[in-house]
Amino acid sequence: MKLAEKMFAIDRRWVYLALGLAVLISLKIPFSIPIPISKEARNIYNFVDTLKAGDAIHLAIDYDPSTLAELHPMTLSILKQCFEKKIKVVITSLKETGPAMTAAVIDTAVARHFARTGERIKNGVDYVFLGYKPYPILIILGMGQNYRIPFPADYFNTPLDSLPMMAKIRNYDNVKAVLNISGTAATDYWIAYGNGRYKVPLAIGVTGVMATDYYPYLQSGQIFGILGGLKGAAEYETLVGTPGKAVQGMKVQMVAHLIIIVFIIIGNIGYFAQRKKRELSA
Amino acid sequence: MDWSTTIATTVAALLTLAVFSFLYKDNPFYKFAEHLMVGVSAGYWLLILAYTVVLPKIITPLKAGKWYYIIPTILGMLMWARLTRKWSWISRYPLAFYIGVSTGVAIPLEMKAKIIEQLNGSVDLVTTMYSAQAGGMTIVNNILILVGIIAGLIYFFFSKAHTGATGGIAKFGIGVLMIGFGASFGFTVMARVSLLIERLQFLLFDWLRWY
Repeated sequence: MKLAEKMFAIDRRWVYLALGLAVLISLKIPFSIPIPISKEARNIYNFVDTLKAGDAIHLAIDYDPSTLAELHPMTLSILKQCFEKKIKVVITSLKETGPAMTAAVIDTAVARHFARTGERIKNGVDYVFLGYKPYPILIILGMGQNYRIPFPADYFNTPLDSLPMMAKIRNYDNVKAVLNISGTAATDYWIAYGNGRYKVPLAIGVTGVMATDYYPYLQSGQIFGILGGLKGAAEYETLVGTPGKAVQGMKVQMVAHLIIIVFIIIGNIGYFAQRKKRELSA
Repeated sequence: MDWSTTIATTVAALLTLAVFSFLYKDNPFYKFAEHLMVGVSAGYWLLILAYTVVLPKIITPLKAGKWYYIIPTILGMLMWARLTRKWSWISRYPLAFYIGVSTGVAIPLEMKAKIIEQLNGSVDLVTTMYSAQAGGMTIVNNILILVGIIAGLIYFFFSKAHTGATGGIAKFGIGVLMIGFGASFGFTVMARVSLLIERLQFLLFDWLRWY
């Protein structure tokens, strides 16, 4: 078998192995790459940064463990920024397999803030986690009237009226914006029913697969910012000054993409060589 | 790290390796992990729905004497009629109610968000070009987007044969679409590699503690 044919017929397991090794090795080698900040990521950062202490935002964490690789770094970075600026955060989780994971990521953000600053972030005072309720469209519409309609009590079954933070928060009129971190169609619902019906300012952080679908909404002004995939997460980690798993992941992404490009070139060389051979023999 | 965390992390790591083993070939370890995930997800989902729907929306109100909650409950139960051939027609009533309400809620808002606002956005491309703040790059970008939108739409306009000028524009339109698909594909590759990176970060740093 000629080299060109061999290149075309590489067992896909070699590709997996090469990619896996490249990712492993580049995770262990200490190097960094620049993370240029996009306008759409900076818009979100600047928006949160200009809020005053005591202002509230709604953080809609609409994903589950299947997409946490890309979305957890966004959530952690946004929570860090909010906690540091003493911005109150109303948190919901409109993905049925998401609430336990959301509770865990909030705990992580609270623990990290305590380790950094020594300040205790309190549930019910600095943030409220409302949990999950089914049928996201109805929940988004209901919260627009009053958070207490779909969520009479929070995730821990504490009535909303007994939480100090919720005393002045009735509906979207009392939050400065909704930041939707999502790996589901909930983003569509927030655009159509949250922003569309109640005009609440909306920014989104979505998985890479979803990102390009939502750029038209940025151009039309229906959302004011977008974080797309691990790149968006790395941008936000850079903006809040805490490079973490996303920034580390981007250098690995670069190596992985190079490997993929090399294999695409090898596959194409093999393909064209085979085609030429067929043409010559015909 | 305490013992419970160590055990949980080790189980998660072994299951991750079991799933990765499918990359070599199908095997019992992969099958076990796959079935476990489906089973646990289904059980978790069932309990979540029981605690967020059945208890607060049916049991609690009925216990509190709110008998009118029996109406949506019966409508919901009628959906189960689909399981029998003889009575399956009954399930059309709750379905009709559900679809009617959903359509009424969805159509105006979806139309506004996905068509009217998008049309507004396209018109804004023209108006912002004439605004005092519009720089050179803004004008170039806006023209590119506008031309792309029109060419892309013409590609899907089948009432006129794609020949001559129309064919040329449609060809440009498909080029624009391909650029869009390319961007989507690039983001998708990044997303899939992100999943691999996160799992390897977990195996290396959280499980093996190999910093």
